[in-house]
Amino acid sequence: MRKYSPKDNVQAKAKYTDRFWVAPQVPREPVEDAHFAAVLEKMKAAVEVLDAYVEIGQLVIHIRPEQNVDALRTLKEECDYAMCSELSAVDYLARDGEFEIFYQLLNLKERKRTRILTRIKEDQAIESIVPLYDMAKFAEREMYDMFGIYVNNHPYLKRIIMPDDWEGHPLRKTYPLEGDEFASWYEVDKIFGKEYRDIIGPENRDPARIDRYDTQRFARVGHEVPFGADPSLVDETETPVEYSSELLADYNKGPHKVLDKRK
Amino acid sequence: MQQQPNKLKPFFENLNFERDDNTMVINFGPQHPSAHGQLRLILELQGEQVVKALPDIGYLHRGIEKMAENMIYNEFLPTTDRMDYIASTSNNYAFALAVERLIGLEVPRRAQVIRTMLLELNRIISHLFFLATHALDVGAMSIFLYAFREREFAMDLMEDYCGARLTHSAVRIGGVPLDLPEGWLTQLTDFIERLPDQIKLYEDLLTENRIWKMRLEDVGIITPEQALSWGCTGIMLRGSGIEYDIRKEEPYELYGELDFDIPVSDRCDSYGRYRLYMEEMKESIKILRQLIGMYPKTESQLMAHAPQYISAPKEEIMTQNYALMQHFVLVTQGMRPPKGTVYAPTESPKGELGFWIRSEGEPYAYRLKARAPSFFHTGILQDILPGTYLADVVTIIGSTNIVFGEVDR
Repeated sequence: MRKYSPKDNVQAKAKYTDRFWVAPQVPREPVEDAHFAAVLEKMKAAVEVLDAYVEIGQLVIHIRPEQNVDALRTLKEECDYAMCSELSAVDYLARDGEFEIFYQLLNLKERKRTRILTRIKEDQAIESIVPLYDMAKFAEREMYDMFGIYVNNHPYLKRIIMPDDWEGHPLRKTYPLEGDEFASWYEVDKIFGKEYRDIIGPENRDPARIDRYDTQRFARVGHEVPFGADPSLVDETETPVEYSSELLADYNKGPHKVLDKRK
Repeated sequence: MQQQPNKLKPFFENLNFERDDNTMVINFGPQHPSAHGQLRLILELQGEQVVKALPDIGYLHRGIEKMAENMIYNEFLPTTDRMDYIASTSNNYAFALAVERLIGLEVPRRAQVIRTMLLELNRIISHLFFLATHALDVGAMSIFLYAFREREFAMDLMEDYCGARLTHSAVRIGGVPLDLPEGWLTQLTDFIERLPDQIKLYEDLLTENRIWKMRLEDVGIITPEQALSWGCTGIMLRGSGIEYDIRKEEPYELYGELDFDIPVSDRCDSYGRYRLYMEEMKESIKILRQLIGMYPKTESQLMAHAPQYISAPKEEIMTQNYALMQHFVLVTQGMRPPKGTVYAPTESPKGELGFWIRSEGEPYAYRLKARAPSFFHTGILQDILPGTYLADVVTIIGSTNIVFGEVDR
């Protein structure tokens, strides 16, 4: 039987796990600091607080996703949190079928930081916080680009880092590090057209690939040869180093033909 | 003029004439020498005036946050060099600090002294680079040469310490890998003795220079409200009259013990920010002087003692079986920080650089978000550029001091 590999999280996994080892938890302290207690009091009056604790010196408040704007408005207008340092998401689709969205806020006068956490389902959208913090104009676009989380009422919700016609959302756990099938054809389709797929073949996106016969990129091992030299003319019999054939896959041996020149 | 895009040239030429009104759309970048890397600005112009600006980023995207989820913590540290490659130690440090706070680690004092020295040296390198490129963009060619000369000396110091000029990886999780080489402090002293004269030279050339003032004064105005709302940090925030420096307000490393001032300017324009960069370099010199005095009073330990997370020193690994076993496990499997979340802000030369790490107790970070200051400083361009003139766009981009390794990650 072939080995079963889960598709919902294709990121690197620990190679060895001790079955009796239980990961410790960073201590979650009760809210005792005077400023944090006051903030929590005001937050409880404004929105439903699901959980609140202090983690590594920062107040963490869990709220419902529908109340994110209310919560941040309370923090900004009543608690003086003038700056939102960062917002983004964490993919928990494989485990819980949810995204966790975090807002990292800063109170410049009290020098305190608070984190708002909320969870949404995969097909759920979140309300934009652009009316409160301009930084969300960029940060929410990045969140949409990287996770595919729709943000309602964002003025310009468009991909920001990946190209506009990209498929898939790279920071999801289902997205492999090397990119998916779409990624391997993207440049071929874009530059040459789909009809050249057979001739050129998919892009090899393995960053550690070494192509022994490639004299045009920096992947060559063995003798130094002029740029673009025909590797078959290079006499390599003297090379004292033996390279493992596993490392030096010959990518030109595939079923596809090779173009003489990039058209 | 009808343009004929083909598959290799899918985009239009720089100018798009096909509009009915008088506005002209131009692509500023991504290959423009003044775009500081791969910034593509789509500008709509009404004559010489910008009416709409749209920063388009992503040309240097390497998926650093994705890579962090697939690498053990120590493996990821050299990758952080590639974010803000002008001052890479500040990235290494921000990442190391976040992991140290997550696992609750105390760093030995000598390592703290060395780290703070490297951070301040990097700040000087970065500010000199800013001055050189900003002045070059505005048209002051000779400043570029003078500032790069001093920067070379600072980079020589970095090279003497860690062997690299740009991608330092000079900080490790838990301390620093090496002690200062012999004679390094003397060389550093020489450097910081010489630097104030050089800074005076730059200031003599620029500060009261009529052309420099005409190009910078009242250009790129960022109101305090805008700066806060856009998450501007560092000099972009202090240039708008808000005094907030993480080194002072939320001290980390030795900054709590050091005596230095935070220059603030309420001019809100590029000229004010230029003055702040010059003042900050002088403050860095002040900090370095104090650190040189602190160094001899420290014990020789360089890495924290935490066998669960940090490898023992080399001598112990070579002589003691248990240390060797720990080292083997930490190298092959990686450390497993406790479950939890940490956000550790630091004051990099560009602004607030922080790593947000969610750990699930695995050797790989479950999610790592790099909060890069330049990302938001690029975003604010879309709000401050409309209404300015095309010639000032270059000044404003230069004065935001953005680095694209950090913007696109």
